[in-house]
Amino acid sequence: MASLARIRIARRLPASLSTRARQIHTTSDTTQLHDKPADLSQPITVKLHEDSFRAYLCDKPELELEVTKDELLTMYKEMQTMRRMEMAADALYKAKLIRGFCHLAIGQEAVSVGLEHGITPNDRVITAYRCHPFAVMRGGTIKGVIGELLGRQCGMSRGKGGSMHIFTPTFFGGNGIVGAQVPIGAGVSFAQKYMGEKTCTFALYGDGASNQGQVFEAFNMAKLWNLPTIFVCENNKYGMGTSAARSSSNTEYFTRGDKIPGLQVNGMDIIAAKQAVQYARKWAVDEDKGPLLLEFVTYRYGGHSMSDPGTTYRTREEVQRMRSTQDPIRGLQNYLQEWGLASEQELKQLDKEAKAAVDSAVEEAKRSPEPGVEELWRDVYFGGTEPAVGRGREREEVHRY
Amino acid sequence: MPLLKSPPHLSNAARTLTARHAISPAAARHRRCNSTVEPPPAGGHLPSIATSQILRTKRETALRTPGLSWADEDASAPSRTIVGGRETRKMNTYQAIRDAMGIALSKDENAVVFGEDVAFGGVFRCTMGLSEEFGRERVFNTPLTEQGIAGFGIGLAAMGHTAIAEIQFADYIFPAFDQIVNEAAKIRYRSGGSFNVGGLTIRTPTMSVGHGGLYHSQSPEGFFMAATGLKVVIPRSPIQAKGLLLSSIRDPNPVIFMEPKILYRSAVEQVPVDDFELPLGKAEVLVPGSDLTLLTWGTPVYHCETALHMLNSPPPSLEAVVPKSARSAKIELIDLRSILPWDVENIVDSVNRTGRLVIVHEAGLTAGVGAEIAAEIQKRCFLKLNAPVRRVAGWDIPVALHYEKFHIPDAVRILDGVMETLSY
Repeated sequence: MASLARIRIARRLPASLSTRARQIHTTSDTTQLHDKPADLSQPITVKLHEDSFRAYLCDKPELELEVTKDELLTMYKEMQTMRRMEMAADALYKAKLIRGFCHLAIGQEAVSVGLEHGITPNDRVITAYRCHPFAVMRGGTIKGVIGELLGRQCGMSRGKGGSMHIFTPTFFGGNGIVGAQVPIGAGVSFAQKYMGEKTCTFALYGDGASNQGQVFEAFNMAKLWNLPTIFVCENNKYGMGTSAARSSSNTEYFTRGDKIPGLQVNGMDIIAAKQAVQYARKWAVDEDKGPLLLEFVTYRYGGHSMSDPGTTYRTREEVQRMRSTQDPIRGLQNYLQEWGLASEQELKQLDKEAKAAVDSAVEEAKRSPEPGVEELWRDVYFGGTEPAVGRGREREEVHRY
Repeated sequence: MPLLKSPPHLSNAARTLTARHAISPAAARHRRCNSTVEPPPAGGHLPSIATSQILRTKRETALRTPGLSWADEDASAPSRTIVGGRETRKMNTYQAIRDAMGIALSKDENAVVFGEDVAFGGVFRCTMGLSEEFGRERVFNTPLTEQGIAGFGIGLAAMGHTAIAEIQFADYIFPAFDQIVNEAAKIRYRSGGSFNVGGLTIRTPTMSVGHGGLYHSQSPEGFFMAATGLKVVIPRSPIQAKGLLLSSIRDPNPVIFMEPKILYRSAVEQVPVDDFELPLGKAEVLVPGSDLTLLTWGTPVYHCETALHMLNSPPPSLEAVVPKSARSAKIELIDLRSILPWDVENIVDSVNRTGRLVIVHEAGLTAGVGAEIAAEIQKRCFLKLNAPVRRVAGWDIPVALHYEKFHIPDAVRILDGVMETLSY
């Protein structure tokens, strides 16, 4: 095996040297301030690092863009809140209050928050199991997410779904089956196109799921029918415990759509993430150019799930390096301070508010009762069309619809 | 109390007949010259699908199909319950299915039909002319991508649309198994009722065609019976196909609609041309009886009819093995129609009256739909049963091309099962 690995590396090396002459930057603090107005309520012009994007069969987005102080502060607070929420879930899991499966997105906040800032409320989003931040950003609540994780009545799926099954009207859920959400996203965007809605669907999946056959089936259909589907690969470099290079013959995920153009994006800089999402939305909706593949290069700090310490297939140093040098929240914090938009004190205040919001949501969720027994049989079939009876938990228990 | 005594060699004799049934026509001719026993003429004096009494070939009987409810636009119109003035047209099953989809597409502008090759009519002609009539945006071909078709349909239905997907053969449904079982069946439950794919109907041709072999003659309904949240429907005739398909399309739950492919052309009825529905989850008693319940669905309905005919008036070749006392047995023939949810109450009622149950299906015996029904019936009717529940099913082998006729339960095997159960 070791020798095989050497051969593989030896064979890959020249190719990677040529194609990776310019790698994507995953730094979170290389965006430059270009023009700052005296009045801070006016938009500020910033310029992204020239290696924030790599394009395949399409042009790169503009590197220069306008942002506002308010939006950056909102992004900061939202990212901080998402991280606090995931940390709270981590603690609740370790306290054995959350059972089952739980996948946290700590480190990937720039993708979920950046996505929300680049789309409209009527666009649709569907993702895989690492779904908590998307559910909140798409109109859910922290209480609803934590309640769902705890299996309580206040959970967004009434405690019956759990970590991977959280929905809002424009968020078609976390999905537990790796890759299964991608063709569903294509179907959702077909309905948008059919109805002439000026909206699109963002179908997210990971670098691991990108090798699922049905992802390619969805690519083909979306391109064939020119659907407004944005396929978003969140490349956090590890599909469960296997690194991208060990699982994928082509790790340039943005080029894997064949005739679908692609864009690789620095997924650790939220400004780049938002710019890419806006570019994709314009591509699919305003310009009606069909599907686009976005690859966010990002990183998860924790393990794949709660049962994975995340250190057996990568070094602690690697995780530590990413945390300390490329963290999306710290990156935005640097921008805000360096550009003189917020003081450390003000940001600390936002941190406190985020923590307080999560803490109170956790307490509220904990107080919510567990779902009643009647929930066991509810929502299996549409009300009134159920079979006459449902079997219960013990021999004599029979539920009559 | 045993109803009758049968000769001990009965089962063997019947088995021999089964084998003879399956030999090639050339061999049969050869045998005929040399054999002293006259084999039944091929398709001869027994009822076949073409002459079945179960099919409603006259307008009057077609309009009186039990459970039929008109689904015309004006629900309060007085004509709803009046059959006079309703037209019927002679249709085979694929034409009836096409008719149902035409109605669904014309009444529901969010309905779309898609699948492999459906735009030019599909391999079984079920979508003939639909794309010309309703446009290529609403009736369109997909790539050969079953998992993708199912996932795509689920996404479309999750947006509140009516997605009528076709999987070209039920044998090809397995790549889509994950999407159907994990997504379609569960999405209402796992989203706490906030999402559903009630608009999804997956049509797929099923059961044997006589020479389909391993990948074109399977009956996978049993695999979906465990996927609570789905409905699984199998019609037996053109009227049933139209009414049940319209109900399936409009049912607010995802439905797998399996069409017995041999019946596409061979089953012909006078089908009401208006919009009508038949109830899901309800079995239908085709022949009432009091001595034994014979339960089946799809193609074997007609084999069962033949078997009952053989029992009541056996052809000369069978006279020796069908005792006179058995010939007057009143067998209740039931078409289950809905596999999930299945009509427990009506089957229990019937078995409580008859005390005997024979279940016939084409899928293999082990863990087939019959297993679930047998288990539930023995639990609910234990003290009323005069004989063990008997299953006449396909063998536990793949549907091998050369042996397909051995594999599928034919009239003789059904007759054998019925007589053994009667004489237990």
